[in-house]
Amino acid sequence: MSGLNRQQMADAIAHRFQDGWIVNLGVGIPTMCSNTPISADIIYHSENGVIGYGPLAAPGAEDMHLVNAGGQHVTLKPEAAVVHHADSFAIIRSGRIDVTVMGAYEVAANGDFANWKVAGAKGGGIGGAMDLAACAKRVFIILEHTQRNGAPRLLAHCALPITARGVVKLVATNYGLFEPAGAGFNLIEIAPGITVEQIRAATGAPVHVPDTLKTISA
Amino acid sequence: MTRGSKEVASFAEAVAGIEDGATIGFGGFAMPGVPFNLMQALQHTGAKHLTCVANTTGGAAQPRMPDIGHLVERGMVRKVICAFTAATRASDELPFTKYYEAGEVEAELVPQGTLAERLRAAGAGIPAFYTPTAVGTELAEGRETRVFAGREYLLEAALPLDYAFIRAHRADAAGNLRFRRSQRNFNPVMAMAARVAIVEVENAIEPTGSFDPDDIHLAGIFVHRLVVIPPAPDGIWPQLREPKR
Repeated sequence: MSGLNRQQMADAIAHRFQDGWIVNLGVGIPTMCSNTPISADIIYHSENGVIGYGPLAAPGAEDMHLVNAGGQHVTLKPEAAVVHHADSFAIIRSGRIDVTVMGAYEVAANGDFANWKVAGAKGGGIGGAMDLAACAKRVFIILEHTQRNGAPRLLAHCALPITARGVVKLVATNYGLFEPAGAGFNLIEIAPGITVEQIRAATGAPVHVPDTLKTISA
Repeated sequence: MTRGSKEVASFAEAVAGIEDGATIGFGGFAMPGVPFNLMQALQHTGAKHLTCVANTTGGAAQPRMPDIGHLVERGMVRKVICAFTAATRASDELPFTKYYEAGEVEAELVPQGTLAERLRAAGAGIPAFYTPTAVGTELAEGRETRVFAGREYLLEAALPLDYAFIRAHRADAAGNLRFRRSQRNFNPVMAMAARVAIVEVENAIEPTGSFDPDDIHLAGIFVHRLVVIPPAPDGIWPQLREPKR
């Protein structure tokens, strides 16, 4: 079983964006949220100080001075502005980011998540994740529901060093949309072709299922 | 009265006199704004026991560009202070990593916004500040925190630099700088945090007074040496690459 593909996971998150939001997209699947056609008018913020970037630049039209936080060459919207790094993180720390969408290795039912250090590593890659996680109004996480060996990534408590405590509001996996609810996860929407039994077997914490369960339109 | 131009003739001259044990900050984020030419010139100096401050020790992408990893490989570095001491993707390996794992270089891992603000504070005469970033994580263990209005914050110290190596799009002879697009990133705060800021510039140095004072991104009082980047292959310019998705 697989459920949603990477773009569909990003779509499930992007459909929750509201008009006027300032959104920061992390490296990897989260950047795919900007491909989702949505009616909400979004301002995308990037850690390197680019505010109001648009779609990826077409091949041959890249600006060598202009990248997003993932190093991808992007375009600018008419309302775009550029600030330096300290001002970019002033925007983050002062709570002006409506949602940050990030990848993670693990996310816990208590709202903790881990995405900067893998087991056994001496070094880590924090980037802007800790600033964003601590300060954005909302933290949404996108990750594969299980590791390659089938072990769950949605857990009662994180085993890896955490990025921030108790901040995750919404989680999209290939199996569905979830909400950390303290002792377990609330299943909000389920991926087509996936069963509740499959989700429960692949999740390291209790999964609460509503009486009427909506299926994600993929 | 006209003050002399801050322009020097070569990258070697621009990086001359770096003392052993110096702390050097390098601007740049991904490719834009990285002082590749100054970093390459630094490799050919005898400077040792350096502390290197930057967003990352270097990218995992090929072709490899001049980065802190090269300085580490040459045994020039005692310590790095970065937001990445491992690659963004755990499956990528940075050249720096094996030296770090072997204990041949120290590292201080700092959240990116905290790194930027520690530099900004150093440049602004602020010795330390409180931030909510990293509270409750491994990075905060054993460190001073304080509660303001019911929320816990972590004390962070300013990060002063001896030297900043940065890259700008345009400069006048007085050192007033303009950056282009996301090239700006860490460069202004690196320069302001430093005792000596050294700038590689993408265009010929313009006469003092060429810019409208309202259109200057970094005032020349923060800038000490300017050097013009020649066209490739003599100068090093950002390369187009297809980033991994």
